[in-house]
Amino acid sequence: MSTTTPGKPYESHLLRPGNTNCAGCGMSIGLQWLDEALGDEKPVLAIPSCCGIVTAGAFPTSGYGVPTAATTFASSPAVATGISAVSAMNDIDNPVICWAGDGGTYDIGLATLSAAAERNEDIIYICYDNEIYGNTGGQRSGATPVGAVTSTTPAGKGERKKDIMAIMAAHRIPYAATLSIGHREDFLRKVRYARSVKGFRFLLMLSPCPTGWKSEPDQSTELIEIAVRSGLFPLYEIFDGCRYRINQRPDSTSIEPYLKQQRRFSQVWNNTDALQAFIDAQWQYLDGMATVFPAKDR
Amino acid sequence: MGRTLATGNNVAGHTLALAGEANRNARGCCAGAYPITPQTEIIEFLSGFDFNKGRVVLVESEHSAMGVCIGAALAGARTFTASSSNGLAYMTENIFAAGYYRLPTVMIAVNRTLGPPWNIWVDQGDSLMMRDAAWLQFYCDSHQDLADTILLAFRVAEDKRVMLPVIVAMDGFITSHTQMVVDMFTQEQVDTFLPPCVIPHRLKHEHPSTFGGMTFSNETEHHRFAIQASMEQALMVLEEARDEFENVFGRRPAGALEAFDTGDADTIVIACNTMARTLHTVITERRAKGEKIGMIRTKLFRPFPRKELLAAIGKASKVAVLDRNHSPGSGGIFWLEIAATLKERPDVLLQDYLVGLGGGDVTPENIHAIIDDMNQRTTASEPEWKDTST
Repeated sequence: MSTTTPGKPYESHLLRPGNTNCAGCGMSIGLQWLDEALGDEKPVLAIPSCCGIVTAGAFPTSGYGVPTAATTFASSPAVATGISAVSAMNDIDNPVICWAGDGGTYDIGLATLSAAAERNEDIIYICYDNEIYGNTGGQRSGATPVGAVTSTTPAGKGERKKDIMAIMAAHRIPYAATLSIGHREDFLRKVRYARSVKGFRFLLMLSPCPTGWKSEPDQSTELIEIAVRSGLFPLYEIFDGCRYRINQRPDSTSIEPYLKQQRRFSQVWNNTDALQAFIDAQWQYLDGMATVFPAKDR
Repeated sequence: MGRTLATGNNVAGHTLALAGEANRNARGCCAGAYPITPQTEIIEFLSGFDFNKGRVVLVESEHSAMGVCIGAALAGARTFTASSSNGLAYMTENIFAAGYYRLPTVMIAVNRTLGPPWNIWVDQGDSLMMRDAAWLQFYCDSHQDLADTILLAFRVAEDKRVMLPVIVAMDGFITSHTQMVVDMFTQEQVDTFLPPCVIPHRLKHEHPSTFGGMTFSNETEHHRFAIQASMEQALMVLEEARDEFENVFGRRPAGALEAFDTGDADTIVIACNTMARTLHTVITERRAKGEKIGMIRTKLFRPFPRKELLAAIGKASKVAVLDRNHSPGSGGIFWLEIAATLKERPDVLLQDYLVGLGGGDVTPENIHAIIDDMNQRTTASEPEWKDTST
């Protein structure tokens, strides 16, 4: 996988070569596209205890080419609030970005996240969602999909994935959107739009973890493409928490190859009913919202 | 503002606000704030203050209150907050983080019993729980001591030789909610006394680095050693700050500890916070009757002033400690520190008294009874539990 960001000299990369990401980690693409979308702008990062901070490597080196605060697990939105507040009072316009996994977002950090969203802090919050506690070896989180085997759900998770987008929309934040590492233009456009808006912005990126998903590292991008096309991971945007735009509808792509290429789904290879029911319910909800509360045409 | 009648919470809120405002020509100030009895009035005061360059962020928990302080300090601002009891317990993870990040936040701890069972009255167990966090800790016995110590705290915390956060503690209700006459600072005075807050290791785009990332044992050991070395500098920095305080305000606040009548004392009683003031009236009374007794008010708990304490104990043969806190399975926390300090004085009879736990009203009669017990002792025992009910 390339570790260069087009148009940027090596030393100014947001994600530097030599970072400790595993091969096929969704973060590697996500961070480079984030860098590309921001262009010459230098963000400040607040990253909680998660794989995203392991990315930086060990002191005194840093895999990040921008100032980065490694926060306690639940605290990245609170720490980012402090940074953003001081930036504002000193007329500094560099974006403050939280880069957090699903554990720090859906679970332990949810109260902190909710409060920062409710205060409409001037923060871009990006959740790279690998649907497990990846850093600790792959335990179940509130983001783990139904049926997935994790190290704490050896027979497959019995419960559905939490709808974090609906939770964030309920805060009526200016912008929330999903990001796919299989859809570059869509990804870049959404980050740039998020950057152009003030207030709390939430971006959710489904982030393959070959180690935890038991998938092949070279299949990561393809997996996300299938997740989008099959309807499992919808691409959409929510403006002010109440106006919906669906970016891509599912086509006839089957969910099957997505599941078959990940051994975490081995328990449901022969019975996809629960997962299909999740997808159907998800689209019923999204279609309803987009019909009743459509975003205005750009 | 001059001499006025104010509650402890009012004194703390006013002094924190002026200290924050004093940084308006530098990178400003920021507080994360969350209510809990009995400190709530402090954050209410801060929320109502009209900062020229500052913000009070009204967060959803104590954990985030300290998180905001961490972020703002990482961005170079002067930071402060207040909490009590279970709020401090909830904040603990980020309290440790602020110390290890070496961020000079000042936090008021209005001492309150940890629950359950729920009890809003004073007990020092909450802030003493942070014994092993890399924070300095001061314990104040009066409203004036509180005001003065908060200003000293910013000066010491932000000194580059120290660069560590500070807890300034006062007694819940006894200090926080009662009024005393106090010389309150003016903005001009605070502007003169406090230099701009400079945090050398703040986040900078010129030097992008990951702050608080991974280290191995070697770097971690160096990090802890550097904190210890700074703790050892703190007493000297505190003395310099007191000198400067005296230059600006014309009075000299107490330093690491205060000793009364210890010079020729056979017996010395040690206490902190308002209990030390009650103790002072008892000592004065007994001295007047010719008893060779003295007292020490411990004000600085971290770093623990071992040398100063040994010097103040002098040739005394008996030392009694009054602890309004309890470490289950051991005893009083001040007693443990003093026992470690007295390791080179095996001749001293050291006795711990657990008294006033959960806010029990420690009266002069209670303290007289403790001293009577001490006077007839020939050996020390396990910590004694003393009932304060009458």
